[in-house]
Amino acid sequence: MSQDQIAVTGKPVVPAAPSASATGAGAFVRRHQIVEHIVLLFGVLLMMGPIAVAFTTSTHDPVTIHSEGMQLGFGDNFLPTYEAVIFEQTGFTKQVTGWGMSLNSLILGLGFAIGKIIVSMLAAYAIVYFRFPLGTLCFWIIFSTLLLPLEVRILPSYEVVQGLGLLNSYTGLILPLIASATGTFFFRQFFKSVPNELLEAARIDGAGPFRFFWDILVPLSRTMIAAIFIIMFVVGWNQYLWPILMTTDESFYTVVRGIRQILQVWIGADIPDYNEALGLAIIAMIPPVLIVIIFQRMFIKGLVESEK
Amino acid sequence: MTTLEIKQAVKRYPNGALAVKGVDVTVEDGELVVFVGPSGCGKSTLLRMVAGLESVTEGEIVLDGRLVNEVEPANRNIAMVFQNYALYPHMSVYKNLAYGLKNRGTPKAEIDAKVREAAKLLQIGDFLERKPSQLSGGQRQRVAMGRAIVRDPAIFLFDEPLSNLDAKLRNQMRLEIKRLQRRLGTAAIYVTHDQVEAMTLADRIVVLNNGEIEQIGTPAQVYGAPASTFVASFIGAPPMNLLKAQTGDGAIVIGESRIEAPVRANGPVTLGIRPERAHLANGSGGADGPPMKVDTVEELGAVRLIHGSVGGQHFTANQSADEPIPGDQVRLRLQADDLHLFDHGTGRRL
Ligand SMILES: Nc1ncnc2c1ncn2[C@@H]1O[C@H](COP(=O)(O)OP(=O)(O)O)[C@@H](O)[C@H]1O
Ligand SMILES: [Mg+2]
Repeated sequence: MSQDQIAVTGKPVVPAAPSASATGAGAFVRRHQIVEHIVLLFGVLLMMGPIAVAFTTSTHDPVTIHSEGMQLGFGDNFLPTYEAVIFEQTGFTKQVTGWGMSLNSLILGLGFAIGKIIVSMLAAYAIVYFRFPLGTLCFWIIFSTLLLPLEVRILPSYEVVQGLGLLNSYTGLILPLIASATGTFFFRQFFKSVPNELLEAARIDGAGPFRFFWDILVPLSRTMIAAIFIIMFVVGWNQYLWPILMTTDESFYTVVRGIRQILQVWIGADIPDYNEALGLAIIAMIPPVLIVIIFQRMFIKGLVESEK
Repeated sequence: MTTLEIKQAVKRYPNGALAVKGVDVTVEDGELVVFVGPSGCGKSTLLRMVAGLESVTEGEIVLDGRLVNEVEPANRNIAMVFQNYALYPHMSVYKNLAYGLKNRGTPKAEIDAKVREAAKLLQIGDFLERKPSQLSGGQRQRVAMGRAIVRDPAIFLFDEPLSNLDAKLRNQMRLEIKRLQRRLGTAAIYVTHDQVEAMTLADRIVVLNNGEIEQIGTPAQVYGAPASTFVASFIGAPPMNLLKAQTGDGAIVIGESRIEAPVRANGPVTLGIRPERAHLANGSGGADGPPMKVDTVEELGAVRLIHGSVGGQHFTANQSADEPIPGDQVRLRLQADDLHLFDHGTGRRL
């Protein structure tokens, strides 16, 4: 709709352009754009260069990489490398494949993101819309947990998970992490910005607390949900320390741990499978990138469409 | 029959603010009652008590013969139109209208029939699939009214529904609301701070000030016989002139002049004269009213406003544009019927 409008208003400008001064301005704009593009390309190179090199290098065999270093051109080992990375049993006990590790990471990332969104939305809903004793205090207590990142409370957390017998389980990996002060804070701020009349209109329309949450607040929050989902999924996917402590069973290995695992060579004379480590790193990047791309679309669409 | 009775309603907010101080109002079947008053006088609070959005501190709200003090808004058989429309932004117009019915468990076919009927009535049939953000202010306003209509309520509650529209659209929608309300024959309360809206819409006006009722009456009564200086200065534009005056021996004395008093009074009073009833005597015309010193003349097209002073107090008079522009000194020609006397201390009508 807005694009149509731009096109419509843009049209008359084009025939009006051919005067001398207008073309001069056009050239100026074009020169400007060239500079801008050079800057942008440089940025892209800086960010994408290492990834591209990692990818090309991963298509060579480990001996070449070991003796000649990183490779800029493609080698002829693409299929064998990636087949091995995805399907070959690796690890100390040879129990887990790259595919399995990706699944574990996916479960961790999704559980992390979805769990955090559900818990923090419900917490923010209670804090903003229900008057209960010490409600504000509760919020500030939740908020102050921001001062205690995972690394600080990892020992007591381990103690609790171990006490519940949840070591080496997905529940143990995910559940202790799904409380989120950040998420609660963002949703609280968002709910506070929703006009009160909307709640009142819904009350008159016979929507109880559950319906108001589900029919009104959740759809209105979709951009917030998308944003928090992106962030939390990537955080969950990239968890390293936590899974190391909570799981000893190799069938729970995540991709991030797997990368390190490949480089750990047990017999001193062996050359580590550099190609496979790089290949796994490339594979480890794909899901977060996909998530960002997919949700970014929704995110922007939501921003453009919804008008409170 | 009476649709709504508000009996001795009191509202005290949790922070101690006393917003409504014992108010009695009745709304008859099919009647449009307007609550009018300056900002902060408690109009919205009173309306929201009727809606059930605010608890009632004291008193009773009786709707269709049923005490509803403790009844949830959804079960009160009311419908409300908010100032900022409060449409659900993520739902289409159709869903906005249907939402309340759906929550009541109305069958789909019936919802559809009701929504389409209301849409036809309000001429929003073409927008049913659009989101509120794709509508103009006036269209959103109609959707908000549509959402009220489909509920088929005992009473409509409007809280300043037109104040987000521009002046031209406001006049148009005002007329439309009145027509619609007549056509549906449903009782309504309409809250506004705009006295023109109040005068043009109301069957009866309730003038509120500071949480209390100043006057209840038809627009003609409120305009013609304001119960207090507050009502006198609030209703009518430009507002009624209020002059300090003395009375005695059946006459009113302002400065040097004496006017025959319409009612018996003794001692100091406030004399009210509407600008449009203060005629200016042109030159020779044997006027015996008090003299007025003219300082500014405002042309409004059909009429002109003459500002000046009478007996040293500010005074405004209306004049039709085809009368000659007065000089610096004119005399007023007043009729006893057009004089309003108010108690000097309490401001109540004498
Ligand atoms: N939620 C509230 N808490 C405390 N005081 C309030 C609240 N809402 C309104 N008030 C006070 O009550 C008075 C009446 O408010 P309101 O009914 O909104 O006035 P109006 O609609 O006539 O402008 C005002 O003085 C206002 O400050
Ligand atoms: Mg108000």
